[in-house]
Amino acid sequence: MKTNTVKSKILDEQKYVISKKVDAFFTDIYNVYMFILRFFKEAFSPPFEFKEIINQCYLVGYKSLALISLTGFITGIVFTKQSRPSLSNFGATSWLPSLISIAIVKALAPLVTALIAAGKVGSNMGAELGSMKVTEQIDAMEVSATNPFKYLVVTRITAVTLMIPILVLYTGFVGMMGSYLNIHQTELTSFTAFFKSAFASITFLDIYASIFKAFCYGFTIGVAGCFQGYYAQNGTQGVGRAANSTVVLSMFLIFVEEMIIVQFVNAIR
Amino acid sequence: MQLGKNELMNEKILDNEAVIVIKGLKKSFDTLKVLDGIDFSLFKGENIAVLGRSGSGKSVLIKIISGLLKPDAGVVKVLGQEVDQLSLVELQALRMKIGFSFQNSALYDSMSVRGNLEFPLVRNKRDLSKTQVNNAIEEVLHEVGLSQAINQMPSELSGGQRKRIGIARTLILKPEIMLYDEPTAGLDPITSIEINNLILKVQQEYKTSSIIITHDLTCAKTTANKITMIQEGKFLTMGSFKEVFNTQDASLRSFYDYNFINDK
Repeated sequence: MKTNTVKSKILDEQKYVISKKVDAFFTDIYNVYMFILRFFKEAFSPPFEFKEIINQCYLVGYKSLALISLTGFITGIVFTKQSRPSLSNFGATSWLPSLISIAIVKALAPLVTALIAAGKVGSNMGAELGSMKVTEQIDAMEVSATNPFKYLVVTRITAVTLMIPILVLYTGFVGMMGSYLNIHQTELTSFTAFFKSAFASITFLDIYASIFKAFCYGFTIGVAGCFQGYYAQNGTQGVGRAANSTVVLSMFLIFVEEMIIVQFVNAIR
Repeated sequence: MQLGKNELMNEKILDNEAVIVIKGLKKSFDTLKVLDGIDFSLFKGENIAVLGRSGSGKSVLIKIISGLLKPDAGVVKVLGQEVDQLSLVELQALRMKIGFSFQNSALYDSMSVRGNLEFPLVRNKRDLSKTQVNNAIEEVLHEVGLSQAINQMPSELSGGQRKRIGIARTLILKPEIMLYDEPTAGLDPITSIEINNLILKVQQEYKTSSIIITHDLTCAKTTANKITMIQEGKFLTMGSFKEVFNTQDASLRSFYDYNFINDK
């Protein structure tokens, strides 16, 4: 009898813990939804923080250029080197430019850029806003009759949403250049022949789809970083958690979005 | 219980003069009761010091007054407006009249001192020219005695200087009410005296009414007209420093004996 009572008590406690976790999950989803709604409301109502948006674009875009250039360039070279043996088995190395351009434009450029941005820009946003939250700087903005959401959140999400597509185009270009250098070195292909062959297999739909993906990824990184940072709690530990969960959440959502958008684009092709 | 006609009239007069009126204020975090029925009024030109141990709800009180936290129950009226009933726009308009000096100063660490002072001013008074903004910044920096720090970053300032800049940032909007959260916490005695003098100077020159949250009895004695102590979510006796100091209440006495032994 006593054992049964203890068992049922443990079961009740487990049920309570599970129900609390389920509650927290749905509350988080609701809060993110409200956060996004507020973003759109504040983004389109004056006054606008143009100066801060430009400053954030500079930080997101220009400050990421070196890392993006290096990664894009290496991706182009490595992908070319890895693909060559398989194609040469069929005597099809002349297809390399097409293969590389399809891979880079359709998948690699948006994904590589987004993943780097999630690590560099997203974690930076989460940590910066988180540290402002725990040191009461956001509260200080609020009590001085200003709107911290508009100044901190709207500007950052807008900047990252606008800059990621530009960075994706740039990564695509740098990746293609890396690939061209490798192909030129091995197969002595001319610049014109390489790009003619590369663009022959790319349609406008592929480019539009990549840019659309880039907007989605940018928005996702911005929302994840700002949401985690803006609601950070528990001191420095909370700041670390905000930065970390921004990266994990952004990367997870980027892959989910990639899958959905690819299905969608293939359906309308 | 029905109030008599005279009592009602008295309350009405007091309400008209009061800049902050709090009635039956309650606030809990989960199961922890922090404020459990606070009633008090802050009158124009008056400074009230709220004493209490760490975690007793002192800071929660002023965060509710400034609209950063919502009360669970009770009425909080600031300059005649019920804070938790206001829309965001109305709350922002009210906040222009409230200065809040944070315990750790909460300076924007990515901005210089000029940027910190400019930030609330240009966003609330958009019609000001650049010269007017510069003049306002120089004026408040002069008031807090830190004109030379205008281009410094917060990380380059000492604790006392950060407090002063935090106060200057609130003064730039010319508030009617000042809320100080632990203004002398973590400062050496000489700097604490300078901050206490600055609080008095602000009261005289800007005609502010203030709530000073502190556990520093020297600060309370120097800056406040009235003193109260918060314990278990309630205010213990309120009065002048002398009145409260002479209390026989054991918890108050222990607080005094521990904190103020040198000033006796």
